[in-house]
Amino acid sequence: MTGHISEEQFVLFYYGESAETVEVESHMAECETCRSDFRTLQLVLNTVDSAPVPERNGEYGKTVWSRLEKQLAGRKRRSFMQWWIWAPAMAALLLTAFLAGRLSHKNDPQVATNQQIRERILLVAVGDHLERSQMVLAELTNAADGQGKLDISDERQTAEQLLDDNRLYRQTARSNGDTVVASVLDDLERVLLEISHSPSEVSSDQLNELRREIESRGVLFKVRVLGSRVRQEESKPVSEKEKRTL
Amino acid sequence: MEVEAGGAVERARSGDSDAFRLLVEQHSRAIFRLAFRMTGNEQDAEDVVQETFLRAYRQLDKYEARSSFSTWLYRIASNYSLDLIRMRKRHEEKRERGSVEDRDILQSIPMDSPGPDRLLYGSQVKDRVNAALNELSAQERTAFVLRHFEGQSIQEIGEALGTGTNATKHSIFRAVQKLRKSLEPIVGPAVSSL
Repeated sequence: MTGHISEEQFVLFYYGESAETVEVESHMAECETCRSDFRTLQLVLNTVDSAPVPERNGEYGKTVWSRLEKQLAGRKRRSFMQWWIWAPAMAALLLTAFLAGRLSHKNDPQVATNQQIRERILLVAVGDHLERSQMVLAELTNAADGQGKLDISDERQTAEQLLDDNRLYRQTARSNGDTVVASVLDDLERVLLEISHSPSEVSSDQLNELRREIESRGVLFKVRVLGSRVRQEESKPVSEKEKRTL
Repeated sequence: MEVEAGGAVERARSGDSDAFRLLVEQHSRAIFRLAFRMTGNEQDAEDVVQETFLRAYRQLDKYEARSSFSTWLYRIASNYSLDLIRMRKRHEEKRERGSVEDRDILQSIPMDSPGPDRLLYGSQVKDRVNAALNELSAQERTAFVLRHFEGQSIQEIGEALGTGTNATKHSIFRAVQKLRKSLEPIVGPAVSSL
């Protein structure tokens, strides 16, 4: 071994992961500087061990189970018929068809009509997405404050499901140059991410933190406005030309 | 590979909730210790325990017996702790933007404190260790805790965190380097007195 032992070699040696154990040991036997360095490292890492961990007694596992049991019992079993299982896949298919249509038949009047139909279907999907997002945000914003913990596992699970759809819609909006919609979906995505990363049960402080996140971005308001705009578009009558092609 | 009591994992996978209860009772304390060391906060550690078992229950069908059940649980717990630490840090950064005085606990601990013998067992050392651990990034803290306290190999940590061997090693090196920088001033005199 040439020169002194590097800090990285020391760390690997300390944790027994060094490939040069013999070399390190024989170098330290002769080098006071490295011996002293290693002693300091040992002392620092031994000091880290002094950080106490609160004790949990032998009954702790039973306490954890009694809390879990309630949540597991309340958890709804997913079934194939629950629409949100296959809705994202449908949305993705729809989106692919929509984009493919836009790219390949820009000037064909018949296809333009088909494109309008796809846009309308997509509009319905986005409307549903915004409605579900709005429900999650409203439930958290309006949840009653209690002394204990609040179970938000359903909201969290829904937020997780909404995230993938949201990404698709946001990317589509951005690539279509609709910056306003993209920006709302961007804000929504950040909040959905926070919710989906939250624990299943939140304390009053944690709930308030989520509320602040929702309020600081004005997400709920923006989603409501955008949702009602989308619903208005949806409710416009279908043109005769569109009807003929249905 | 460890053997779970009475094939509890297999029974839990087939929907036996009593078997899952056994697993919860068997592993809760270890997961709590890991979670506390990672988050440094009792309440967060309780959340991690709860969440780890909820996620484990939902993903039982994805568990492959290649690794032990406890390693699999550790992986879920450390990943969730990682998310939690990152989220906390983001919130703390926001809160601290306007508040300078409580920004750095480390700075508030006086350097000219009493001699090492008293310090070593005093609460200031514990505070300083906690503050030093809090200075680590989420990734560094996770890798360090898994290596230092849980005795996992660099390879196992890499698998748990989805990072390569070199990246995992570097997370541990950086963590040790930062801890050394923070804690050496208080252990330094002890070294020279050996």
